[in-house]
Amino acid sequence: MESLNSVIQILKDRFDAQICEFCGDLSLMVAPGQLLDAVRTLRDEFGFDMLSSETASDYWPEVSPRFHVVYNFNSLKGRRRLSLRVPVDGANPVIPTIEPIFPNANWHEREIWDMFGIRFEGHSDMRRLLMPYDWEGHPLRKDYPLGYEEPQFSFNFDDIAKRKHRGGYEEA
Amino acid sequence: MFQQTEVTLDELRHLVSDRALTGETVLLNMGPQHPSTHGVLRLLLELDGETVINCIPDIGFLHTGIEKNMEAKTYEKAAVMTDRLDYLNTIGNNLVYCLAIEKLAGLDVPPRAEAIRVILTELQRISSHLVWLGTHALDMAAMSTFLYCFREREMILDIMEMCSGQRMMTTYFRPGGLWRDIPVGFETAVRQFIRMFPARIDQYEALLTKNPIFLDRTKHIGVISADEAIRWGLTGPSLRGSGPDYDIRKVTPYSGYEQYEFEVPTATGGDVYARYFVRMEEMRQSLRIIQQALDKLPFGPVRSNNRKYAPPPRAELGVSMEAVIHHFKLWTEGFSLPKGAVYMPVESPRGELGVYLESDGGPKPQRVHYRTPSFVHLQALPLLSKGHLVADLVAIIGSVDIVLGDADR
Repeated sequence: MESLNSVIQILKDRFDAQICEFCGDLSLMVAPGQLLDAVRTLRDEFGFDMLSSETASDYWPEVSPRFHVVYNFNSLKGRRRLSLRVPVDGANPVIPTIEPIFPNANWHEREIWDMFGIRFEGHSDMRRLLMPYDWEGHPLRKDYPLGYEEPQFSFNFDDIAKRKHRGGYEEA
Repeated sequence: MFQQTEVTLDELRHLVSDRALTGETVLLNMGPQHPSTHGVLRLLLELDGETVINCIPDIGFLHTGIEKNMEAKTYEKAAVMTDRLDYLNTIGNNLVYCLAIEKLAGLDVPPRAEAIRVILTELQRISSHLVWLGTHALDMAAMSTFLYCFREREMILDIMEMCSGQRMMTTYFRPGGLWRDIPVGFETAVRQFIRMFPARIDQYEALLTKNPIFLDRTKHIGVISADEAIRWGLTGPSLRGSGPDYDIRKVTPYSGYEQYEFEVPTATGGDVYARYFVRMEEMRQSLRIIQQALDKLPFGPVRSNNRKYAPPPRAELGVSMEAVIHHFKLWTEGFSLPKGAVYMPVESPRGELGVYLESDGGPKPQRVHYRTPSFVHLQALPLLSKGHLVADLVAIIGSVDIVLGDADR
C-alpha cells in the first residue's frame, strides 16, 4: 500500500491540487470541477471507503472564494485519514454533489445548504434539514447575525449598517 | 428573494413510492413527541398494512445553533456549550473539543489529567450505555431493566457530581487538562463501582440475553452488512455489530489509550441483537480500562503550566504580577490559536465523534463543526427499517442508539 504522502503526490499531480499541512493533518485543495474525479480516485484506488465528515467554512467578506467545503475521508483498512478542501465562489455557490459516490453525503450536503446556502448540483433531495422549511437566510454564514442587535455608535454606524440582516435574503 | 416553502405531497413525490399517491399505502406520522423515538425525532412512515415501505426521518426539532454560538465565544467559554450537544456523553463532548484545541495549539496535557480523563470518559460510556439499555429494553416492554439501569447510572452521576459539582453538564475537561483535581473519596467511589458493576451486568444479561421474547424481537431485525455500514458511514457499536473491529481508541489512540489493555468486541449478525451484544461487552471492557487507569494513576499537576493557555492557580495571584496579567488576559480576551484547521475524532459511546476546528488566528473559533454519530446513523435508518414491522422499527431506533441533541446540535 502506498504511503499517505505518495497518495497525496499522485493526487496532486493528477488533479493539479494544492497541499496544505497543519498539525499533522494533511489536506488537499482541489478545484470544484475536479472534485468528483478526485473523490472517486480516493475511494477506488486508495481505499478511502468512508466519508467521515463534510462541512463548510465561510470566509466572508471575501468573495472569491468565499467558502471552503471540507471533506474528511477515512480508510478503515489503511487506518488513515485525508481531507479535501474545495473553494466555492460567493457569487454563485454551486458545487457538484458526491452523493452518488458516498450516499451518506446526502444529509451532510443538506445541512451545508441549510446553514451556508451552498447548492449541490445533482443532489437528490435539496431541502432544508435542521432549520424550519420557511426559514429565511443561512444561519452559519458570517454575515448572518447571532440574534442580538449590535449597538451602533457614531464610530461604527456605517460598518454595522452594512452587514445588518434585514430579514430577507438576496439570493445570488 | 427566498420563497416561502411548505412541504406538499408533490415535494415528497421523489421520496415515497407511487403507491402512496394512489392511496394504496398509508403515510403515517410518528413523532416528534413519540416516547420510543428517544427524543424529538419525527418519522414519516409509508406503510403497507403494518409493514414499513419507506421511512423518512425529519430532524432539527432540537437544533439550538450551538455551532454558531461557539463562533461568538472565546475557546474556553465555548467549552460549556459542548456539554449540551449529546446530553448522555457530556464528558466525551468536552474531551473531543479540548483535544482539538490541544492539537491546534500543540498544548501538552499532564499524565495525571490524561488518566483521569480516561477514567471519566469510560464511566460516561457505561452510563450512556445504561440509558441506552434501559430505554431500548423499555421500548420492547421490559420495564424492570430500565429501573435497574437507572439505579446504577445514578452512581456514576454521583461520581461526576463529586468531581465537577454537576451531574450531567460537567464541563470538567478544559483545554490543557482538567478544571481541578479529583476530590478525596473519588478513588474509593470508583473502586466501589467497578467492584459492584460486573455482577450487575450479569443481572441485565440474565433478564435479556436468553429471554425468548427479547430474542424474537431482536434477532434478524434491522440487518446491515459490513460493506453497507461502511458506505453509510456507520461507526462505533453499530459498525462493530456487523463485523469490522474499527475502534478509534485502538486505531489512533488519544489521551493515552495505548497504555491500557482492552478488547474491541465485535459481532457478525449485523442485527439489533448483535449491536446489543457489542454494547454489553463494551461495558465490561470499559471497566477493565478504568481498573488499569486507577491502578497506575500518576501524581502531579492536572493542568498544563503553559500560562498562555491555562490560567495560573489562585494562590499565585497574590504574589506574582505576571500571574495577574495572565489571569486578566485569559479571562477577558482569551487565548488565540495559530491559524489552521484540524479534524479530531474520538470514540464516543455511539461511534465516531469528530470535531472540525478551524482558527483564523484570533481568540474565537472561525468554525467548529461536530461530526456526530447520531446524525450519521439516523441517515441509515430507512435502509435498516425497510420491510420490517412498525413494532420492529422501534427496536431498530433503539439499537442504533441515537440522541437527538447529538443529531440536531
